[in-house]
Amino acid sequence: MLSDKDRIFTNLYGKHDWRLAGARARGDWDGTKEILDMGSDWIIDEMKRSGLRGRGGAGFPTGLKWSFMPKTESDRPHYLVVNADEGEPGTCKDRDMLRYDPHKLIEGCLIASFAMRAHACYIYIRGEFYNEASNLQVAIDEAYAAGLVGDNACGSGWKFDIYLHRGAGAYICGEETALIESLEGKKGQPRLKPPFPAGVGLYGCPTTVNNVESIAVAPTILRRGASWFAGFGRPNNTGTKVFCISGNVNKPCNVEEAMSIPLKELIEKHCGGVRGGWDNLLGIIPGGASVPVLPKAICDTVLMDFDALRDVKSGLGTAAVMVMDKTTDIVAAIARLSAFYKHESCGQCTPCREGTGWLARVMKRMVKGEATLAEIDTLEQVTYQIEGHTICALGDAAAWPVQGLIRHFRPELERRIRDYRDAKVRDKAA
Amino acid sequence: MSNRSLAKEQPASFAFNAEYLARAKVVIAKYPPGRQASAVIPLLDFAQRQEGWVTRPAIEEIGKMLDMATMRVLEVATFYTMFNLEPVGKTHVQVCTSLPCWLRGSNEVVKACKEKLSLGMGERSADGAFSLGELECSGACVNAPVIQIGDDYYEDVDYASTGKLLDAFKRGETPAHGSAIGRMGSAPAGDQITLTENPTPPPKQDFAAAKAAFEKAKAEAAAKAAAPKA
Repeated sequence: MLSDKDRIFTNLYGKHDWRLAGARARGDWDGTKEILDMGSDWIIDEMKRSGLRGRGGAGFPTGLKWSFMPKTESDRPHYLVVNADEGEPGTCKDRDMLRYDPHKLIEGCLIASFAMRAHACYIYIRGEFYNEASNLQVAIDEAYAAGLVGDNACGSGWKFDIYLHRGAGAYICGEETALIESLEGKKGQPRLKPPFPAGVGLYGCPTTVNNVESIAVAPTILRRGASWFAGFGRPNNTGTKVFCISGNVNKPCNVEEAMSIPLKELIEKHCGGVRGGWDNLLGIIPGGASVPVLPKAICDTVLMDFDALRDVKSGLGTAAVMVMDKTTDIVAAIARLSAFYKHESCGQCTPCREGTGWLARVMKRMVKGEATLAEIDTLEQVTYQIEGHTICALGDAAAWPVQGLIRHFRPELERRIRDYRDAKVRDKAA
Repeated sequence: MSNRSLAKEQPASFAFNAEYLARAKVVIAKYPPGRQASAVIPLLDFAQRQEGWVTRPAIEEIGKMLDMATMRVLEVATFYTMFNLEPVGKTHVQVCTSLPCWLRGSNEVVKACKEKLSLGMGERSADGAFSLGELECSGACVNAPVIQIGDDYYEDVDYASTGKLLDAFKRGETPAHGSAIGRMGSAPAGDQITLTENPTPPPKQDFAAAKAAFEKAKAEAAAKAAAPKA
């Protein structure tokens, strides 16, 4: 088990003071100027060497992303935008960082902005996180008052402004270009890429969008050294990660652990095990609503990292582990997710707008078995017609849970269809 | 996508009060000159806080304030589901029914709300005191099931505690938000096995040595690139 000394988020549960004095006592804002004095090239190189992969779901290497920003400032200012629009079902890690460790995020914003030559940063927080936004705003005000950000951030000579922007309840705004559109005061409908935000982003200027966790871990990585962070997890999947374990476990919780921890160990050690014991496990969605479900046989041995979960045709996503025991109606569970994607589709691309509604309607019938056996294949085929045919990944995200269900629980779908048909025949005979 | 349109009955006019007008100015100043449209979501939020819901006159007024076409503001107001396009109850109760909450019994919580408030989903009581709605993932999944009332999350609720919670609101009280079973944040219930020590600042790497190593590697790479190919 990861030792407390190696945990980055030492106030994950809000046990200690989240304000500036408390944050300083835990080591935040300690020698930030020293880090900035190392220079932009060193910071980006160190981030690359740490192996940190973006914590928002896609797992793109953070240091590499930072290096895509133009090397010199032009008349178009650079922006850092932090994605705090956490809304992937199962995911609630950023919330704890925002409310209990806001200074880690603010310090990370300064360092990342400095490395990417940005003088301004916007933090886009989901509208429902009102109390979390209040804490973060207090922390930002504290940082200004202490000279940590502002005209001469930490005495480095770098002018840095940081602003909080609240959203208003749209899951799609977690997609980086939809988030930029929303921040510009429009509907959150994703943009076609290219051009990528690093070239044309917020207000048409070079922009990098990063997840809260990716930014909040940066100061600690730089302070302790890339090799410390890279020492956890398997190659290409390094570091520590906050996992959110919800659903049918005895003690659901958020916990920071080393990457590549076995899924079973994560649940048994930190969550008091599956309700009714490990053998009562039906399946687990290991990385937020948009990744395919895994049956127990795979959960027995799989490691929690990007590559291991990709190899079993699922994904680490946001590391939101949703556990379902044998009392769960798995078809109804996936149907609930289909309803979610139908509700959250932005309506821009036809395959997603129409497809998510179609999936939700068919899935609703599948729950009762009110379908024909051939419709299972049709359902699967339609998911492949949505996947990859939309501007953003929401279409893929809607398709994958259904594909996972058919891949691993097809007999259950067939059983319901037969039972429903048999019941109909009996009714007629009676 | 969710299909939303404005309420049929609309008030005649809208104006921000002094408090929200002052706050609107602060928000608009966050964005670069000419980019004031960025403030549209915060301003719609202020209008909703002032009036209880987003009205057509408010949409028109915000369009004028931000130099936006009314249509552009209307698009935003109908797109984002936190904007109530018709009046909601003074106490607006929203139950999260997304997968993690559903797995831990949100159906029972919904049932408790319906019984206690004598309301169906999407309904408002005749006296305007309560309204009931559904929420798509509130983002507090390890504390499921979750109810949002106003700006606050009530977590780890069940049928019984939901009843008690709503009774308190009916008496005009506002109970403390957070976990109904006394959990600390997102920590596991009961004894903790992590973050038990008092946190101390982590050790720092030797920055001078790191810089020297970085410069050396950079010089070597440059020399290699400059060297004539054999």
